[in-house]
This record gives sequence, structure tokens and C-alpha cells, in this order.
Amino acid sequence: MTHASDTLLIGGRMLSSRLFLGSGKYSSNSLIPPIVNASGAQVITVAVRRVDPEAGQENILTHIPKSCILMPNTSGARNAQEAVRIARLARAAGCGDWIKIEVISDNRYLLPDNQETIEATRILAAEGFTVLPYMSPDLMAAKRMAEAGAAAIMPLGAPIGTNRGFRTKELVRIMIEEISLPVIVDAGIGRPSEACECMEMGAAAVLVNTAVASAADPVAMARAFGQAVAAGRTAFLAGPGAVEETAKASSPLTGFLHE
Amino acid sequence: MKVVINGKDAQLEDGESLEGCLASKGFDAKAVVVELNESIVPKDIWPTIALKEGDRLEVVSFVGGG
Repeated sequence: MTHASDTLLIGGRMLSSRLFLGSGKYSSNSLIPPIVNASGAQVITVAVRRVDPEAGQENILTHIPKSCILMPNTSGARNAQEAVRIARLARAAGCGDWIKIEVISDNRYLLPDNQETIEATRILAAEGFTVLPYMSPDLMAAKRMAEAGAAAIMPLGAPIGTNRGFRTKELVRIMIEEISLPVIVDAGIGRPSEACECMEMGAAAVLVNTAVASAADPVAMARAFGQAVAAGRTAFLAGPGAVEETAKASSPLTGFLHE
Repeated sequence: MKVVINGKDAQLEDGESLEGCLASKGFDAKAVVVELNESIVPKDIWPTIALKEGDRLEVVSFVGGG
């Protein structure tokens, strides 16, 4: 594969950017277009919530470039049935059939319930959704999600919103090795260098939200993440050299001036 | 009659249509998706749905999220 033709295929869509972005927690939704533009991201996550007409909420979709793929999440779901309900509502909004399954009943660390997530994946994949499950990095659960029809799997790097980095590295490395689906590291990635590390290791993509939204300059941080993800991918394709225990001279060991 | 909209009690004229209800309560029809008693109601049939006492509506839309 040439680097120029390196694209990610998910749900029949060819993606040239391997950075996925969340749309939450920005100081203003008007930041979304410059952030999308600076990062190059093509997939944007949104959530589904009750509308309060008295709160004067604006329609976030008016801020998301039309060229983006919308990936609604099922946040707020505590079991498979609730996730399925949210997914159906999201699809009824007419914004495509991508869905990020998020089933969480742990309020402290917001860790996903893999068992319920597998079940929701099975139901929604059968209904024609392009299903991307957010999961705790467990190889066997990932295999079951693949069997259930997931289009990719999204293990967490660290708990949601923590910016703690790629804490699950060893488990995700095994998943990349053993799972044929794209593995997208989602949650906890706080710095571009950590996103780059995911990509160097062979992750298919990285999803960030808080890292960008909580930066002092979100647009510049979005640009940095886009560059870091692209750099990590290029490094992965380039094939890093072997790691050695002892020094291996880079300069010739002959022709020294003292000889 | 009383219906429940997004978990809160609401008063409506008897026989109010779903479309009329949403307009009178200030929802932006272009931006929302509606469940009536846990079934999604396609937008094109909103005018034909007459609400009944005790109906439960969920009116949702997209917000920022990760």
C-alpha cells in the first residue's frame, strides 16, 4: 500500500483522516467548524438528549460541516435496550446509520459494560447500523463484538474525560494484533504524543474530545492532534526499526583518526 | 387533558395533534425526533396523530458529546 492511498474503510465510507472528534464541552458550538477544519477530522460524535424549549438550546447540527460523518453516541444508556432505543432515535433524525454504542452504569469511572454492549451491537448491526462499540479493552469481548457485526471496536485509552493518556496500551496492542476490525482508541487520550503512540502501534484511528475542548487553544490543539495522528500512522506504515539492548554504532567502526 | 412530555406533566386541549402540541410547547420541528409511548413517530404523520390523555412523549435532538 502506498501512503498516499492509505485510507480507512468503515461502513462503506473511505476516510482519509484517522482522527475522530467529539463535539462536547466546547465553550461555544461556533468553535466546531474551525476545530474540524484545523484537525481534518471527518467523523464527528454527537449525543442525543431531551429538548427543553425554555433553555433556548441551539441546533448543534448547524455548526457541523455537511461533509462530516455524524456518529451519534448512546451515552446515557445503562443497558442494551436503552442503547438500542437511543440509536433508533438518532437514526430517525435522518443523519445516517453510524452509531457509537456507549453503555455505562459505573458513575465514577464511566467504564463501559462490555456484555450489554455486545448485545446492543448484535441488535443494531442486524438493523443495518454501522456499529462502533466503545468498550473496555478485553480481547474476548472484542471478538464477540466482531461476531455480533461491529464495524470497528473502540477500546478506551483511559477513563472518559481524564486526559490521562494511553493507559491500556498492552491490552490494546493485543487487540490490534488479534482483531481484524479497525481498532480505534477512544477516551482518555490527553496529548497529541499519546495519540501518535496509538497510531504508531497500529491503531486504525483515535477519537478525542476533552483533550481538545479543555485546551487553552482548542483550535491549535485540534490541529496538533490531526498532525500527530497522521505522523503516527506514517510511522506505523514506515515500519519502525528494531529496539536493541546495547549500542549499535551508526557511524563506521573503521578509519578512526587514531588508527 | 394531561400528557407527559420529557418526563414532565403538560396540559393540552383535548384531541390536540402531535404537530400542534409540539408547536404550542415551543419545539423546533426541524431539529427534533419524537417518540410517542416509546414508538418513534415519523415527522410526516405528526399532523395525523391525535394525542390522548396520559400519552408519554419524548422529544429529543442532538447535542454536543464525545
